[in-house]
Amino acid sequence: MNAARNQDPRVAAAAPGGGASEGGVAIRVRGLRKRYGDVEAVRGIDLTVRTGEIFAFLGPNGAGKTTTVETLEGYRHRDAGEAEVLGSDPARPAAGWRARIGVVLQESQPEAELTVEECVSLYAGYYPRPRPVGETLELVGLADRRAARCGQLSGGQRRRLDVALALIGDPELVFLDEPTTGFDPAARQSAWQVIAGLRDLGKTIFLTTHYMEEAEHLADRIAVIAAGRIVAEGAPATLGGRDTGASVISFTLPSGLSADDLPPAVAAAVTGSTGGKVEAHATSPLPMLGALAAWAQARGADLPDLQVLRPTLEDIYLQLTRESR
Amino acid sequence: MTAISHDTGHAAGPRHQLRHLAVHQFRADLRCFYRNKQGVFFTLALPVLFLVIFGSVFQHQNVAVPGGRIDEPVYYVPGIIAYGLIAATFSNLVISVVRYRETGIYKRRRATPLPASAVIAGRALVAAVSVLAITAVLLVIGWAAFAAHIPGRTALAFLLDIIVGAVAFSCLGFAVASLIGNIDAAQPATLAIVLPLCFLSGVFIPILELPRWLIDVGKIFPVHALADALLAAYNPHTAGPGLRWGDLAVLAAWGAAGLIYAMRRFSWLPRAG
Repeated sequence: MNAARNQDPRVAAAAPGGGASEGGVAIRVRGLRKRYGDVEAVRGIDLTVRTGEIFAFLGPNGAGKTTTVETLEGYRHRDAGEAEVLGSDPARPAAGWRARIGVVLQESQPEAELTVEECVSLYAGYYPRPRPVGETLELVGLADRRAARCGQLSGGQRRRLDVALALIGDPELVFLDEPTTGFDPAARQSAWQVIAGLRDLGKTIFLTTHYMEEAEHLADRIAVIAAGRIVAEGAPATLGGRDTGASVISFTLPSGLSADDLPPAVAAAVTGSTGGKVEAHATSPLPMLGALAAWAQARGADLPDLQVLRPTLEDIYLQLTRESR
Repeated sequence: MTAISHDTGHAAGPRHQLRHLAVHQFRADLRCFYRNKQGVFFTLALPVLFLVIFGSVFQHQNVAVPGGRIDEPVYYVPGIIAYGLIAATFSNLVISVVRYRETGIYKRRRATPLPASAVIAGRALVAAVSVLAITAVLLVIGWAAFAAHIPGRTALAFLLDIIVGAVAFSCLGFAVASLIGNIDAAQPATLAIVLPLCFLSGVFIPILELPRWLIDVGKIFPVHALADALLAAYNPHTAGPGLRWGDLAVLAAWGAAGLIYAMRRFSWLPRAG
């Protein structure tokens, strides 16, 4: 199945064993650059996507995200650097390379006059070993719409069809460019199930999205691009120092007590206090909570709305992309 | 944008595989074509309507042609066949190629192993089938309603005119599709190109009723060449096999220019955005 990948000695070296199992490398990018006129959209980025993982590629509009994705898909040619997708240079792919990747474009319409089933069958005919059409429609939840004309599908159904068309060739690697933009929450939930199901089938997923909860829910690893450079890379839980960043402790002061009465360990960390509502930043929250609890109990008071908030992925993302502007 | 930038990585494969893919694509494209009411109307219904109207309005008149006079309805049959051929190839291709490109259908197909030549072949075959259909329908209506028939000696010339015309206007269709940047412009652009040239070329007005200079302007363009060649095949005063080599050369030259331009500038990716 992965014979083609093993033909390339560089990939074999990077991924000992180089098979379909964990440890293989699906995408490898080194020093990638792309310029449009005076604007350098991508300024020398490195990426590694492992076989079988869901890799989320995040960044604001205009950060170089789409340029990078379209370079990896083979639509655009880079100015400098190395890129390898399933062992092939996407600018000069080996024979049969396109049968091994699936692409969900950010914007594309289906053949409006065909039915869903005809459309998926059309694309199935392009591939040497397609998945069964009916099973693929089941997978994306379009089985009951198989006889509908593609032009009559709702936005969410059309996006499912996009996914079905990307999967019909049974690819090893699937690019999903903002797959759930414009979905309602229920449709997004079911799309996530489909994408998570692809991982269970052993596919490698390269996902771009503007929804942080989507990246958090699905991704094994995340890279953030801003102004053409990678500014952070890691697991959703640890990205950009998220696991070690300060927590926010918030509570409402018991009646009759003011912020000045707080124990020194807490008072020193207070960052905001309005109308009895106090917020404090704590890099190690436990000692502060201990001091706070002892203080309140000694005064016979409770702190019923006490919260400890970890930085969200969105907080980290906004901080990372703001810094690089 | 590099035009046809990635022909590798696709299923280049043996020739029979390419033919199989082209036929697979053609069948889907044909299905899309006949389910698109607007396309069917402009390609098939409108030329029939034109022939019936022109033929009926001028039923008892006759018109000067090279070598003598013929019934005016007979005059209009080859002209409307030229119009039908252009609608089936040029207009049909401009509108469908721009739509498929701008809606991302071509972009998606380029992400599959489907070779570029199969995408082009599917489209071109639909145009060819449309030409056959509209030509046959107009031939039959012309013969049955207006007693217009092609003399046996010019039948081969007529066939050659149709083939060369269909190829040339298909090439021009792909070329003009590369010039047009958005879907909304495609239909008006084809009308703006085709209709004036039809008036200059004797399709809607008998050619010898036009001022000399207007005829000379029209002669530069392929619509005149096609209409003139088809009229020669229909005209009973035509001596010999009715082959108009000059007209065929003009068609071939325009077709070649269109092909070269299309090969250099054809894009799979949407222009807008």
